[in-house]
Amino acid sequence: MHSNRYTFLFAAAISVITAILLAFTSESLKPLQEANVALDKKTSILRSVRFEGTDRTVIENTYASQVQEMVVNSKGEEVSGVKTEDIVVKNELAKPVGDRNLPLYVYSGEADKKYYVIPLYGTGLWGPIWGYIAIENDFNTVYGSFFDHKSETPGLGAEIAEKPFQQQFQGKKIMDDDNQFISVNVVKAAAKVSFGDEHRVDAISGGTITSTGTDKMLKVCMEPYLAYFNKLKTK
Amino acid sequence: MSVETTVEAPKATKKEALFSKKNRRALFDPLDDNNPITVQVLGICSALAVTVQVKPAMIMAVGLTFVAAFSSLIIALIRDSIPGRIRMIVQLIIVALLVTLVDQVLKAYMFDVSKKLSVFVGLIITNCIVMGRLEAFAMAQKPWPAFLDGIGNGLGYGIILVVVAVFREVFGAGTLLGFKVIPQWFYDHGYVNNGLMVLPPAALFLIGIYIWWQRSRNTKLVNVS
Repeated sequence: MHSNRYTFLFAAAISVITAILLAFTSESLKPLQEANVALDKKTSILRSVRFEGTDRTVIENTYASQVQEMVVNSKGEEVSGVKTEDIVVKNELAKPVGDRNLPLYVYSGEADKKYYVIPLYGTGLWGPIWGYIAIENDFNTVYGSFFDHKSETPGLGAEIAEKPFQQQFQGKKIMDDDNQFISVNVVKAAAKVSFGDEHRVDAISGGTITSTGTDKMLKVCMEPYLAYFNKLKTK
Repeated sequence: MSVETTVEAPKATKKEALFSKKNRRALFDPLDDNNPITVQVLGICSALAVTVQVKPAMIMAVGLTFVAAFSSLIIALIRDSIPGRIRMIVQLIIVALLVTLVDQVLKAYMFDVSKKLSVFVGLIITNCIVMGRLEAFAMAQKPWPAFLDGIGNGLGYGIILVVVAVFREVFGAGTLLGFKVIPQWFYDHGYVNNGLMVLPPAALFLIGIYIWWQRSRNTKLVNVS
């Protein structure tokens, strides 16, 4: 039997050693991890405009040359002095709509056609879900979408991160004929709704809560941008 | 012609061979005779949670094998100096340390994999197999057999995970490793994926069937708890 003194010393020693090890690894790997997170964000934005590349340098170059970052507010004004990388969408959503800084990524495609990429953030079943949706320069048609999640159920809710689900959004409309915001609704195939097929995509069977979360996230995150879009439309 | 005779240095008789019978047993017994899931009944919880698809199941198995092997090694190395009263806390610290290291390294060098695994990697800390083997084996054994035992148990766990995941993915989603394996023709003629398969109870049934099959084949296991 070890003495109390020894037990305490052993516990203290092992705590200190493991803490140093962890702190050291964490600090030394931090730059790499942060670079990965930044690259992941750029990749996600490019995925929403149907960009398929996986090579690191290609992604960096495409992003640098074709994506312009900007910040707007819900009154439709461009906000200067705020950088998109400093904005956490989750924190912005907690503020009243009028106070939010809204990051917007403008992708210049072929023949200078512009696509407006809106960041999305919401709640799934087990944790956060997020994504990007790209709107064409008619400010109505969805060009593409990208979704990801932290911990949705594989095979059910996690399907939002898969291509078949995301491709459904291509070509859908977010505004109705009277220029009212309808969003793209994630609803069950059998659901009877008042809007047409161009405003709906099929929800995931077995992933109802994630689907509803995605639906809500789209509405909540896209709506504040409409003022800015309207401004551009009338220009 | 002179015949050269090489005189072999007499082997140290006390030293055990690297893969002696006992060590081989430490490595291979957990694959079948002493499988952590079906015989020791450890690690059932994660076997229900991560077997919906084959790929996460495989990566989970690799992660657990790594953690079980190295935590067994470390614990066996310091087993004599660990105070008995806080031994489980010490084991837990070592396990958590390794898991966090794995997580950090994945985040830095294999970001895609780490994104897929974020939840599962953390789950390894609470996996009963790791601590079960530390308590039952590594605390009383030399480092090398303990290391082999860790690998063996990780692989034994992995076998069950992959077998269960194959059934669940094929019958639950019609895919294997993400590729479609059930032809569209079946669906056109009224076949539907089994919704139960993607839910945890399906894993329980499958593990039950596996145990049944294993015991009908392996007579050593009859009357073993």
